[in-house]
Amino acid sequence: MIGAYLDMMRIRFLMMLAYRTNYYSGIVVYALNIGTYYFLWQAIYGGRETLAGMTAEQMTSYVAVTWMARAFYFNNLDREIAQDIRDGGVAVQLIRPYHYLMAKFMQGLGEGIFRLLLFSAPGMLIVSFIFPIQFPKDPVIWAVFLLMLLFSFLINSQINILTGLFAFFVENNEGMMRMKRVAVDLFSGLIIPLSFFPGWAEVLLKVLPFQAVTYLPGSVFTGKIGPELIASVLAVQVFWTLLLLVPILWVWRAARRRLFVQGG
Amino acid sequence: MFYLSLMTDYLKNYMKTRLTYRSDFWIEVISDLTFNLMNLLFILVVFRHTAALAGWSEAEVVFIYGYFMIPYGIFNCFFNLWGFTERYIVKGEMDRILTRPAYNLAQLSLENMDPSSLFGSLVGAAVMGYAWSQLDVAFAWYDPIVLVLMVLGSVMIYGGIYISLAALSFFSDAPTGILPLMWNIQNYGRYPVGIYNKVIRLLLTWVLPFAFVGFYPSAYFLDGAHYRSIALATPLVGAVFFTIGLFIWNSGVRHYRGAGS
Repeated sequence: MIGAYLDMMRIRFLMMLAYRTNYYSGIVVYALNIGTYYFLWQAIYGGRETLAGMTAEQMTSYVAVTWMARAFYFNNLDREIAQDIRDGGVAVQLIRPYHYLMAKFMQGLGEGIFRLLLFSAPGMLIVSFIFPIQFPKDPVIWAVFLLMLLFSFLINSQINILTGLFAFFVENNEGMMRMKRVAVDLFSGLIIPLSFFPGWAEVLLKVLPFQAVTYLPGSVFTGKIGPELIASVLAVQVFWTLLLLVPILWVWRAARRRLFVQGG
Repeated sequence: MFYLSLMTDYLKNYMKTRLTYRSDFWIEVISDLTFNLMNLLFILVVFRHTAALAGWSEAEVVFIYGYFMIPYGIFNCFFNLWGFTERYIVKGEMDRILTRPAYNLAQLSLENMDPSSLFGSLVGAAVMGYAWSQLDVAFAWYDPIVLVLMVLGSVMIYGGIYISLAALSFFSDAPTGILPLMWNIQNYGRYPVGIYNKVIRLLLTWVLPFAFVGFYPSAYFLDGAHYRSIALATPLVGAVFFTIGLFIWNSGVRHYRGAGS
């Protein structure tokens, strides 16, 4: 059974490889994105040394590493699931001898590994020539960062799966998916690190799962979160990974009873 | 006349689909607005930590953003080409478009019309109006006319750039993800160009003129003394880029050979 899932992952990886030319333009565009925020933050710092507990150099590294991390954890599982539900493909999937969500998840992982190897890693290298990025010197930080990145992927995929499954309950969840994308980018700390938010908003965002996707790994990478706190931020990620399983399994059970196919 | 009647018919059709999925319309409007709200939030949060961005105050940056929302909403309403490659090239729907009497691009634009985006323009106008009231900026009787011309220019710039990008899929076989990727570049135009280095400033002004969809037109009202001449070029730049877009599109259509399916 595990072999079948691994094959799904491998096949998605190979499919992505077939269209890899798209990704070269992608790296350029991500570099341009990093550029916007680099210049914006430079202007915001305006020569000051630190703002909200981050130095200007840390901010540059944070912007670069969080965008490149986004390339890895980002996927369209929500769209794929919603599409399957809308055109009825999910009915066929349900009678197949594997768990539909697990299959989707493994495909997402195949895509993520592809993006990590062909997008994030070379992208980070290219970006580091353009902008003054400081890499952590301690190999332990690198290892922890990679582990945290895996959890980012898990949590973001779970959020995507949950959003996609709502297509069972509302006929068209396009708007919801767009809102989710906006929420993840803003609340995860990709656009603004959490420490820049006003106090009450920061407190609120810290009880939501989004910070575990971007802010926590980015902060560990740039040294904003020191080594003594690594265990606790990892615990936050593990906590959300486990907790998000509950609504997913619940929605999945409720949804299968509600399944009706719109044409197709 | 012919296109006007087509437009009303498509609008009626749009209303009918909207009535089927009623809640969807509002969710779409809200999600559009949330997206814009996120960008406004960025500005508000950032200005808690600084007094000015390259010499521009909070109200001025909000003003620029409000202006940006107006052409952006109109552009999204009429040039909704996001799924163009997948739907029209890969699935071959372009064949259907080409057999019809209306000009193919007009047909496409009407078919994908998205009036819900216009709410974004309305909110943008309100945001701009609010920022205007906060600023000590003179209001001349011809300002509304200039504003309309600027918005037209900005919409044409957007249109021209995205039509060119969509037309690329006539030439390349692989479905390119360039459109959604480009989407982020327009971020550059929403902030005072003074914050960027020289290369990017030149790029934003003359190559991918996103500075003309937000910053320059706004600067006409905020700091006319410095930016009047470049800002007034907006409609001209719009006409040029729209023409280029149409040209690339038309040669793309001639190059089109249909999908294999």
